[in-house]
Amino acid sequence: MADYNVMELMICTAARELEDGASVGVGTGAPCAAAMLAQKLYSPSLTILFEAGGAAPLIPEMPISVGDSRTTWKAIMASGMCEIMETACRGLLDYTFLGGAQIDMYGNLNSTRIGPDHQKPKVRFPGSGGANDFASFCWRMMVMTPQDPKRFAEKCQFITTPGWLEGGDSRAKSGLPLGAGPYKIITNMAVMDFEPESKRMRIIAINPGYSEKDVQDNCGFELLKAKNIVENKPPTVEELTILREQVDPYRYVIGR
Amino acid sequence: MNVIAQGSGKVFADPDADKARAFFRKKNRKMVSKLMTVKEAVEKFVHDGDYLCIGGFGANRIPAAVCHEILRQGRKNMAFAGHTSTHDFQILCAGEVFNKLDVAYIVGLEARGLSVGARRYMESGKVEISEWTNYSLSVRFKAGAAGVSFYPARNIMGTDTFKYSGAKIIECPFTGTKYAAMPAIYPDVSALHVHEADIYGNCRIRGITVSDLDVARASKHLIITCERLISNEEIRREPSLTVIPYWCVDAVCEVPYGSYPGNMYGEYFSDEDHLREWLKVEENPEEFKKFLDKNIYGCKNHFEYIEKNGGLERLQVLRQKELMFTGARS
Repeated sequence: MADYNVMELMICTAARELEDGASVGVGTGAPCAAAMLAQKLYSPSLTILFEAGGAAPLIPEMPISVGDSRTTWKAIMASGMCEIMETACRGLLDYTFLGGAQIDMYGNLNSTRIGPDHQKPKVRFPGSGGANDFASFCWRMMVMTPQDPKRFAEKCQFITTPGWLEGGDSRAKSGLPLGAGPYKIITNMAVMDFEPESKRMRIIAINPGYSEKDVQDNCGFELLKAKNIVENKPPTVEELTILREQVDPYRYVIGR
Repeated sequence: MNVIAQGSGKVFADPDADKARAFFRKKNRKMVSKLMTVKEAVEKFVHDGDYLCIGGFGANRIPAAVCHEILRQGRKNMAFAGHTSTHDFQILCAGEVFNKLDVAYIVGLEARGLSVGARRYMESGKVEISEWTNYSLSVRFKAGAAGVSFYPARNIMGTDTFKYSGAKIIECPFTGTKYAAMPAIYPDVSALHVHEADIYGNCRIRGITVSDLDVARASKHLIITCERLISNEEIRREPSLTVIPYWCVDAVCEVPYGSYPGNMYGEYFSDEDHLREWLKVEENPEEFKKFLDKNIYGCKNHFEYIEKNGGLERLQVLRQKELMFTGARS
C-alpha cells in the first residue's frame, strides 16, 4: 500500500466519483485537483466549468482564483457568470464540490457567519459566492472536508447553501429545482451519502485506519449507518503518481 | 402578483424600471471624446451615497486605479455590490467607503485566505447588509441591463441567504413553479477595466466577462479604464469585437497595468507577493495605516503605486507568468 496523506486520500476518493462524460463546477484547491486528476486518469472528456466564466479549460497548473487566466487556458470558451450558472440551471451540470465552516445532517452549509447578530457578526465569512447557486442547480453536490464535531454541527448557525434543508421532502417543496441535492460527503475518515427518505447523512464507507466510532465521535450529530459499510479504497500508486507529478507538482493543495 | 415569502434584507438600489428609463432618456448619446484622468472621472461621477459596482472578478481584471482614487477622494456612505469582490473589497473596506452592502462574496481572497481588515470592518456593525449570492447579483444586473425591474431565479429558496436577502418568492403564472424574484440593480456608478477602448468608450475585453457586460448596461454612469486606447477606425474595422458600446460609457481613462495587483488576461498575472503582503500587514492596524499611506494616499496615480512595488521589472515577471513562460507561483 502506498504512503499518502489525508488530503491526497480525499482528492483521490473524490476523483473516482467523476465519471467520463460528466460535467463539474469547481472552485480552487482540492475540488480543482480532484477534477484535474479525474480528467487525466478516468474521465478524459470531463467538462470542467468555473463560475466566473471559464469553460472546459485544459488546466495547465492549479489556479489561484476561479477567475484567473489558468481557468481559461486552452478552454473552449471564456464566458461569464450567467453563462455558467444558467448552464447549471438548465440541468447540464452534474456535479459540484463545496465546503463551509459548518455542515449539518442534511448537508446544509454555513459560509456566512458565526454569532446571532447578522449586522454585527462574531465572525464574518465570505458568504455564498457561487456556492448557493451551484448547490441549487447542480444535480449532485459533494463536499470534501476534514471531519470534526464543530464543523459537523447539530445545526448550522446560518444556512448559506442548501443541502436537503430540513430533510424529507422539504427541499422539493422549497421551489429549488427538483431532483438536485447533496450526494456525497468525503472526509478524512469516511464517505457519507444521504438516506433516500429522511435525507439524513449516512456512513457508507470508512477510510483505512478509522472505525465507525471515530467517525461518530467526530460528528456533532447522529449519523445513520448503511447496511453494508465498506472500507474505502486507499489511493492507488497510479493516482498518487499523477496527483503528485502532474496535478499538483508544487504541492499547493496536497501539502508538503 | 402573489408574494409567497420575502426576505428581511433591504433593497439598497431602486429597481423601478421607469425611473431608470427617465434617467437614461437624458443620458448623452453623442459620440464625443470621454477621455479623462481617473482623478477627473472619480470627481465627476462617484459621489457620496451612490450605489457603486466594481467590475471584474476580485483580483482579475479589476479597475484598481479607480478603487484607489475613491479612497484618495474620501468617498463615504456609499452602497456597494459585494459581487465576486476580493481585493477590490479589501481596498474599499480600508477606506470605509460604503456603509450599505449587498453581499455575495466578501472578505475572502479565495485560496489566498481571509482579509483581516475587511473582516474587522464587517464585524464592526458599521455596515448594513443584505445577503445574496454571486448569481443573484448577476441577474439583478441582468434585469437592469434588460430595463426591467426584476428577474426570476431558482436559487436561494429555503435558505437563510434568502431570509436575509431582499428577494421575494413568487409563483410562475404559467406553470405554478416557485421563483425567487431578484430586484434589478441600476448602479449609480460602476467602474470596469478592459483591454482596449476608443476615446468614445467602445470597449473590447479578452477572457472571461463575469457580469461586466450587464453591469455596463445597467449602470447610470460608467467609468472605463483600459490597458490601451485604440482608434475608432480599429473598432469599426472589426465591430464583432465590441462588447460595450460607447453610449453606456461616461469616462474613458487609459491606465496601462490598470488591474495591478490583479491578473489581466493575456497581459500580466496577479502579483501574489504583493497581495500576500497586503493580507499580512492588515493584521497590524498601525503598520496597515503606513502601508495605505505608502500605496494609496501617498500616491498621485496608479503609475506611482506600481513604481513603489517594483515597476516595470516586476511587471515583466508578471507578464512572463501570465504567458506561462513561468509558473504562476514561481
